Formats: sequence, C-alpha cells, structure tokens
Amino acid sequence: MAAFTVNGKPVSVQAEAGTPLLWVLRDELKLTGTKYGCGASLCGACTVHLDGRAVRACVTPLSAVEGKRVTTIEGLSPTSSHPLQKAWIDQAVPQCGYCQSGQIMKAAELLAANKSPSRDDIVRHMDGNLCRCGTYNRIITAIQQAAKEA
Amino acid sequence: MDRRDFLKTSGGLAFCLVVDPSFSQDVKSKTINAWVRIAPDGAVTIYSAGAEMGQGSMTSLPLIVAEEMDADWSKVKIEFAPADAEVYGYTFMNNPKMMSIVGSRAVQLYYTQLRIAGAQVRKVLIANAAQKWSVDPASLKTEPGFVVNPATGQRLAYGEIAAFGTVPSPLPGVDVKELKDPKTFRLIGKQVARHDLPAKVNGTAQYAIDVSLPGMVYASTLHSPVHDATTKVWDSMQPNAPMAAPESWNDAAIKRMKGVIGVVKLPNGVAVVADSFDHARAARNALKVTWTQAKAAGFDSERALEDYARIHADPGAKSDTIEAKGDVKEAFSSAAKTYRAEFRSDYGYHAQMEPLNAVVRISDSGDRAEVWEGSQAPDVSRKAVASALGLKDEQVQFNQCYMGGGFGRRSLGDYAAEAALIAKAVRRPVKLIWTREEDIAQGMFRPQSFQCVEAATDAGGRVTGWKHCVVGDGEFLLQTGIRIGYYGVPNQFIERRGVSHGVKLKHWRAVGHVFNVYAIESMVDRMAADQGMDPIAFRFEKMAATPKARKVFETLAEMCDYKAARPEGRALGISITERSGSLGAGAVEVSLDRASGKIRVHKVWVAVDGGVIVQPEQAKHNVESAIIYGLSSVLHERVTLKEGRVEQSNFHNYPLMRMSDVPEELHVRFVDVDTRPTGLGEIGNPFIAPAIANALFKLTGKRLDHMPFTPERVQAVLKA
Repeated sequence: MAAFTVNGKPVSVQAEAGTPLLWVLRDELKLTGTKYGCGASLCGACTVHLDGRAVRACVTPLSAVEGKRVTTIEGLSPTSSHPLQKAWIDQAVPQCGYCQSGQIMKAAELLAANKSPSRDDIVRHMDGNLCRCGTYNRIITAIQQAAKEA
Repeated sequence: MDRRDFLKTSGGLAFCLVVDPSFSQDVKSKTINAWVRIAPDGAVTIYSAGAEMGQGSMTSLPLIVAEEMDADWSKVKIEFAPADAEVYGYTFMNNPKMMSIVGSRAVQLYYTQLRIAGAQVRKVLIANAAQKWSVDPASLKTEPGFVVNPATGQRLAYGEIAAFGTVPSPLPGVDVKELKDPKTFRLIGKQVARHDLPAKVNGTAQYAIDVSLPGMVYASTLHSPVHDATTKVWDSMQPNAPMAAPESWNDAAIKRMKGVIGVVKLPNGVAVVADSFDHARAARNALKVTWTQAKAAGFDSERALEDYARIHADPGAKSDTIEAKGDVKEAFSSAAKTYRAEFRSDYGYHAQMEPLNAVVRISDSGDRAEVWEGSQAPDVSRKAVASALGLKDEQVQFNQCYMGGGFGRRSLGDYAAEAALIAKAVRRPVKLIWTREEDIAQGMFRPQSFQCVEAATDAGGRVTGWKHCVVGDGEFLLQTGIRIGYYGVPNQFIERRGVSHGVKLKHWRAVGHVFNVYAIESMVDRMAADQGMDPIAFRFEKMAATPKARKVFETLAEMCDYKAARPEGRALGISITERSGSLGAGAVEVSLDRASGKIRVHKVWVAVDGGVIVQPEQAKHNVESAIIYGLSSVLHERVTLKEGRVEQSNFHNYPLMRMSDVPEELHVRFVDVDTRPTGLGEIGNPFIAPAIANALFKLTGKRLDHMPFTPERVQAVLKA
C-alpha cells in the first residue's frame, strides 16, 4: 500500500511495498503509456519522473514512491503539447513507438536541466534508452529542436 | 444482408467485395466497397490491411486508396481492416489470399489492388452525381473530396453524395488503364504525415500489452528451455507444433504464492495465472519444471558451426540445388585463377521492444472468442486461436493492435493461441505476457550459418564461375538473398546443405540475406582487391553488373563523394543487396580502435531502387531503421546455445546498438520512382556486414569471416 501523486492527482494503491511501480501504473492505475521492455533496468522503456528525476519504473519499488510525485508520459502535458512531443511529431521520430514514452520522459529530464544540450550531452544522457527501430538520430534532432523552441 | 460480388478486372484479378451487415446499422454512412465508408459529414473511413509495426504501412495503404478515389486526406480516418483474408487479403503467387505483412512487401503486394478499389469508389461517386445532375458521367471530374462538373461549375461533396447516393450491385468494374496517370498523383510520393504519430508521443497508442478488460487476469508462461523444433522448419513454426512437454512441477508451492489464481498445463509449457502481472511473473520465475526430452538436448551452437564445415567438405552430404546454370565445372577447370573463402554467422534474435503478448476473452457459452494482438498476420492469428479452441474462424474476432516491433517474429499467432488455451482453462479474460527472458529463451531465431564461396576468373579477370554453398538449419530461411541476379556471372552453382538441431527458427528482417550477402559481397571485394581494381569498377567490368545495379552504384558514388579521400584512420567499404524486388547499394565509413577491437561506423549512404515510393519520408525512415538494425546485428548481437539452452537472457548479454554507437550521418536516396513499388523495410540491412568487412580490410589488410564482428573477434583477427 502506498499514497503518492501521479500526474498531479493523489492516489492510494493496494499493491505490496515491493511491487515495481511499473505494474502499479499499468495494471492498477491503467496508465499504460509507460512500457515493459526488460523488467531489469536495461532498456528504459518504463522511464517516468519521480519528483522530477527520471527513474526506471520496472525496478522502482512502490515503497520508494510513498509521498512522492510521479509523472508519466500521460502527465507530461495535458494537451500533448510539450515541446518534446511537438518536436517528436515534427521530426516523425516514432516508428513502432514502443520505447518512445521512455525516450521522451528521459529527454524531458535533460531539457529541464540543460536548456541547450549539445549532441554529446544528449548522447550521454540518452544512452541508456534502447530503440530497436533505430530512431536515435531523429531523437537527437528532435531534442535539439525542442530545446530551441522551449 | 451479406452480398458478395466478384469483380473482374482487365488483369484477370478478381477481388471480393462485401457490404458488411454491421455497417448497415449506421444508416447515414455509405459503405462503398470493403475498403471505404463515407459519412454525410464527409468523413472517409478507409480500412488498412497494413499491420503497423513501425514501418508506416497502416498509413501508406489507405493513402493509395485515397489517391485513386480523390479523397480529401484531411477527412480520412484509418481503421485496421478485419482479419478476413477473403476480403482484405492480397494474392501472392498461387497461394490463397492472405494478409501477412512480411518481407517488407505490404505496399508492393497491395498497390494495384488498392488503386483499383479507390478508382471504383470514385466511379460510384461520379455515377451518383451524374444521375443527380442528369449528365454523362464521362463529363465529370473529381477534386479531393468533390465531384465537379466542369461545364457548369457545379460541385458535390463526397459526404453529400453519401447522404443520397446508392451503391450498385455489382459494383462497377475498373480497368487498370482507367487508373490515374502517376504524374497527376496528389498523395502518392508526397509528404504526408503518418497516422500513428500523435498517439505515439503521448502514451495513448494501444499495443496489445495495454489492453484491459473487465475481470481480466494475468498470465505468464514457462516453456522448455531446451528447444524441440521439428525437422521441417515450417511445421515447427505452427502454433500446434509438438514441443517438449511439462511432466511435473512444483505445483503446490506455486499455488501458494501471492495472487496466484491457477496453474495451467499447456501442451508445451506451464502458465501461471494471477491477479496482477507482477504476481504472475514472480510465480512463473519460481516454477521448477521437469520436461520431456527435447530435440535440442545437448546442443552446442559453436560446435555445430564446426560440424557445418565438415558437412561442406563431405562430398556425400545431401544438397539442395538453388541455382545451376552454365557449366561450372568447365569454368573452374579452365579458370586463369580461382578464389575460395569461408564465412560463418551466429544466431540472431528479433529483440522487438514489446515482449510477446496477447489478450483473449471467450464468451460464457464458449462459442465466441475475441483476441487482441499486434500481429503481422491477423488472419493467421485468428485461425490459430480458432484452432486452439476448436472453433471456426468466424467465431473468433481478431482486434489488431499496434506492434512494438515485429521484424518477422509476429506472424504465427502462437502466443495468441496460447493465451486462448489459458483463457479457456481459467474461464476468465486473460492477458498473457512472456517475460523478456522467456522471449529470448524461446526465440525464434535467424539461423546461424557456414558458407563457402568459390569463384573463377578468366585470363581477362572476368568472373566466369561462381559456387556458393550455405550450410545450416532452417531450410528456406537459409537461402534468401543467395542468388546474385544483379551480376552477370554465366556459370553458377548455388546449393544449400541442411541439418536440424531442434532450435526454433524464424524469418528475421531479411533473414538469409544478412549472412548470404555478407559472404557474396565479401568475396567480390576479395577478387577486386586481388586484381588491384576499384571495387565498383570491378563489379561493372568483371562481373557484368546489371543496368539497375550500375545505377544504384553510380548514385551511391555521387552521394558519398566516392573518390574523395577519407579522414585519417577511416576507410570506405561498399556492397550491394537485393531484397523483395528492391536493389540497394550502400557504403559505410568506418574507423577502428585497434586496442579494443571496437569498430565504429561514422557515416552510411544507401542508394535504393525501390520503384514508386508511396511515402518518401517514411520510406527513408524505414531504410534508416534497417541500417541501424543491420549495424546492431553485425557489431553486437549473437545468440549462442550450450547444453541446448540459450545463453543470453536479457539486454545485458544480448546488447543492442545504443545511441552512443550510432553513425553521425545516415543518407538515403531513392533512384527509380517510376516503376511498380518494391519492398523497402529490409533493403537497408543486408549490405551492412560486407560493407563494414570490406572497409576494415582497407584499414587493416585483414578479412573478417565471422559475423558478428564483436571487439573480441576483431582483436583476434588483428593478431592472427
């Protein structure tokens, strides 16, 4: 059991303290934009923000979330108009799209701290997020575009 | 009323049109044919048979219909077509109609059929307007969303026609000569945004793994870690293929675990059903199962590769001839020089980001089932579910979802059929998810291979003889891309020698092309180097490259400024591949960290002859994707088996290419845009391995003969 906020709304959930946040979000709160890819913090598809910091929901136990603020892709912008989301569409980044929630959430953490990241800054920050469709170069371009427009 | 009319076109192609009874409840909308419905407000719904795994087909197929019917694209809504191959399938060779989106052939196979469907809708709309205006239909034209009368300036919106019009039965025929002149295309070949983009940046895109139903429970399965595939590869891919079965397991302990609702014995596995996926996963991980003997017991993939070399050396080994022309014996015995090289390649895993999963709900009476899955072949999946439940296809409703990657793995319906068996056993709607570990352990894989390529040249250095033998498991999977139709070598003998290990194998983004093209184009580069010739000039002058091949090479040379010097420590490697009717020549600019053996690819260029390009931007993305997929495979990925078990278990020991390894530049250009469309999703992949190996030879004078080129292997080659 834990109480915390998700996308600005207070929630109270029943799952055990050790349950990974990923499954609480997906199965209990029906926020399915956060994806299961590896379950072992290896791919980044489950990236969400915990008090503004990007974390891997698949290895974040519910106990670590108590009283904190969780933001998922659904809560990044109420109108899907975050500069990253706009840039992602503009650069037509997604292919299969499965990893992109995690990519965008990871990128949002970068832009919050660094208003004009270089290519190297982006690569260093994003290197843990896998994309099997290989959209990496478009992700870089989209982040740079979003940085300019933010 | 369910009317079925068969319509003949001039090409002799018949396609089936259905007015679906479910649509007639919507009295205001007009279903014009199976593909198109128009509402009085002008909304045009087009059904897409393009399973969407990231390649953009769900948009490009409706775009073809919209083009010919002159729809206003801003008013087009796209829905996945029902999984009914009779209505929505394509005809491929002499097979029954099917909907499998494989081999990157969606546009290629549906192109003409959908143009005709669109033209037919346009004809019906014009006929209705002509009747209302009492004019000759031939005097009318269309503009996007409107029928217009040029003589009077009158206009009728498609929605207005839908409100009063009638759809004739049978529908009017369309001759291919009536189709648009491609020069007048408004949508095909233009920049049109993908339909699925907005939902893929805000978390709303629905993959099967996201489906939630009232009363749904969660399942995860453990299958025998030792594979048990049948000798016949196609049979082993069938959902009901006999596999190693569970004999006993720690049932009581599992049932005591938190949240566990039930344990289901499957013909080939044990499924745990629980109230949450986390509980199902924990219980699945705690399963201790004794399995029946499996065919791959004791299998060692590295040792098997060495057996392949012996099979090749054995003159009595069984061989299947793939190509035999001219007199190869004579070409080799009279040759001025002969060449011979061996190559090896390891197993490859699809590694689609969304682990395999499906959701199934069965009605209380047991006579209806619904399945949600992201499938490359919805018709096949529906049949697999029906068969698993002992139902007829019509009793199963298939709901197509987005796929988090497919790459050839998602065309069998095997895990959907498994979900159906579990749902039947627990009498609840079930969401089945294979863990990533299960997904890797079960494959299915791109086969490993051994290859020997031999070539003969005459006194002028021209290639007169060609022998290529591929050895491995996988039958037809082994031989894709092994023919060299882009070269004019007069005497050829190409063969396949098969073994069977019990390891589950499957199509994989261009499958056999990946290792066959590697061997072919590495051999060509060896001959060019031996003759001291430029590798492109060698292909033109000594291998009689076809005009199409010349064109892609010439375009490539221009794109990469071929003759220009490369920066210090870098070299360019080139190669060519065909795939699904397309031809692509590619170049890579490579450097090497000699201390670690790590290869870095800085730039990639590809010139593709893919015929008509329906969505140029998307097509480019698709080729870029295949480049990265190819690079990842060639530089990083290998599946190995020891004691019959897959040694890799997740992305820490099956590493995929990450952002830090990606080339700084990817350049894609389409050469021919006038002829019929051909496949684009895989053409960017097979050329990569030989291009890298050829570039590395330029840098080091050493040849890489075993794929993937991991740093350890490169180091070993440098030391040798």
